[in-house]
Amino acid sequence: MMFVLLVISLLTFVIFFVMPPTDPAVNFAGRAPKQETIEAVRRHFGLDQPVPVQYGRFIKRFVLGDEWGWPGFGFSYTTKTPIRVSLLPRAWVTAQLAIGASVIWLIVGIPIGIVSALKRRTFVDRAAMGFALFGVSAPVFWLGLIALYIFWQKLGISAGTGYVSFGDSPWQWISHFWLPWVVLALLYAAFYARIVRGNMLEVMSEDYIRTARAKGLRERDVIFKHGLRSSLTPIVTLYGLDLGLLLGGAIVTETVFNIPGLGPYTIAAVFRGDLPVVVAVTIFGAFAVVLFTLIVDVVYAYLDPRVRYT
Amino acid sequence: MSASLLEVRDLKVHFPTPDGIVKAVDGVSFRLGRGERLGVVGESGSGKSVTFLTIMGLITRPSAIIEGEVLFKGESLLERSQDEIRLIRGRGIAMIFQDPMSSLHPFFKVGSQIAEAIRVHEDVSRKAAFARAVDMLRQVGIPRPDERARQYPHEYSGGMRQRAMIAMALVLSPDLLIADEPTTALDVTVQAQILDLIDRLREELGSAVVMITHDLGVVAEHTDRVHVMYAGKIVEAGTREDIYYRAHHPYTWGLLQSISRVDEQRDRLRPITGAPPSLIFVPPGCSFHPRCPYVMKECREVVPPLVVEEDVHSSACHLSVAEKKRIFQTEVVTRS
Repeated sequence: MMFVLLVISLLTFVIFFVMPPTDPAVNFAGRAPKQETIEAVRRHFGLDQPVPVQYGRFIKRFVLGDEWGWPGFGFSYTTKTPIRVSLLPRAWVTAQLAIGASVIWLIVGIPIGIVSALKRRTFVDRAAMGFALFGVSAPVFWLGLIALYIFWQKLGISAGTGYVSFGDSPWQWISHFWLPWVVLALLYAAFYARIVRGNMLEVMSEDYIRTARAKGLRERDVIFKHGLRSSLTPIVTLYGLDLGLLLGGAIVTETVFNIPGLGPYTIAAVFRGDLPVVVAVTIFGAFAVVLFTLIVDVVYAYLDPRVRYT
Repeated sequence: MSASLLEVRDLKVHFPTPDGIVKAVDGVSFRLGRGERLGVVGESGSGKSVTFLTIMGLITRPSAIIEGEVLFKGESLLERSQDEIRLIRGRGIAMIFQDPMSSLHPFFKVGSQIAEAIRVHEDVSRKAAFARAVDMLRQVGIPRPDERARQYPHEYSGGMRQRAMIAMALVLSPDLLIADEPTTALDVTVQAQILDLIDRLREELGSAVVMITHDLGVVAEHTDRVHVMYAGKIVEAGTREDIYYRAHHPYTWGLLQSISRVDEQRDRLRPITGAPPSLIFVPPGCSFHPRCPYVMKECREVVPPLVVEEDVHSSACHLSVAEKKRIFQTEVVTRS
């Protein structure tokens, strides 16, 4: 795990610092800078040092923290403020969006998948898979705007775009969040419904399901105890990876709903050539994915006895 | 009448498919007494498994067309709801399957899976059920059953898993055990152990056993009566001696000639020519006629009924009984 993170940090570092499209020192030095100003900036940030030294400093700062605390993400060349101060609150906002949406998509997607599998080839199944196709195909930016128009402009049951922290007003918090949650969840719910349906159909034709029926179990127990257990285990993997990925920023959703998460922050940093921010966000995102992969592995070993002791 | 535990009358199981109706079972009738050992022999696709899955109510395809009558202890099974049949499954009739590797749930402990079978039918505590499961594992010859019951199926070998399946099936002392090719997936040495185990437990519990197999060797030692099935029908039925020493049906002759025996000199095995028929377009008349070396004009037109010829020995073939005896003596025995 640590090794993976190290490799990722090295790759991002090399890509963004060694092969930069812009010179960070020139960027920092302001409009029409004098040559000596640029040189001074370069010296100040250590950009005149050899690349391995720069990387070493970067890692040291990250691991041990810098003057603004731990982990040391460094200093934005554009806003001229420490990254940590703006990154962490934004990560928290993104996390609220991602976790809220993920709860909804699990609650919606899994039952739809199960019902669809059990009522295969019936109207219910067709309707559910039609919904799934819609959910997978509808682009979030379009869906988000339509949803805002209907639920905010016309019906007024959403507080619209923006973000209000839970501490400030729980009511405003949920009023602002429920629509982006639903919109973001729809895509995943559709996808999960399809996966669960597929797994369930496969599992229900397994020999051990026949064994369960042969011993006289209630069909309810056959489905929910024996069938569901096997068909939901792979979902754990999927869920962990999806959540990890989303924590790195749900760019489109956050942009459409004007939520101050990591997504818009990253985009802005990329456009401004604010390399330290880009690197910080990348590493943060990578860390989230690696962390969730680890959690998935641990949970999986608990759920599936066959992968234990290996 | 009181002696019959299971009675099947003209059972038909048809599956509609886009290519036509698959007649998996096409008019099967038989009777099975308490404690009896019945062997059902046939090639893949002869309908032997489907017959007994239907009796268990385990044909789950909703489009299946099931006709006929199945009486278990005088009660009709086919008309019952799933919930009523459920109560008979496991307790009245238990079943073990061909592949022990995939027949146990990979995520649950072996002991819990057996205990679950008990708790479905009896109101006992989890702990008591588990203790009985351990005891049953001991009876099927699993060493250190306390420890083994807490393990998962993937920690068992193939033979042990089949033993565990047997434990699960017999833990409630069912009146009837259906064993669907219980040894096909196992090593030859393990096969004999499993069959002996089933025999021993059958005697202890007094259950009747139906042994579905394509291996005449299994039938020889572990059954009293034998049904030979072909293309969804029983083509010959009798005691095992009838089948082994006085077989009347050309298909049975083919099966006998294609097994190897150590007690007789035999240069080479004689396979039955041709392939099993399509169950959608079953040949008219006797369904075996395209592969039969003794085919007559009649065979292509008239379906031979299963008729009793001697005692309990019956076969479905147009040849006369005298002719069958002559062919068996002169051609089957000498050549084999």
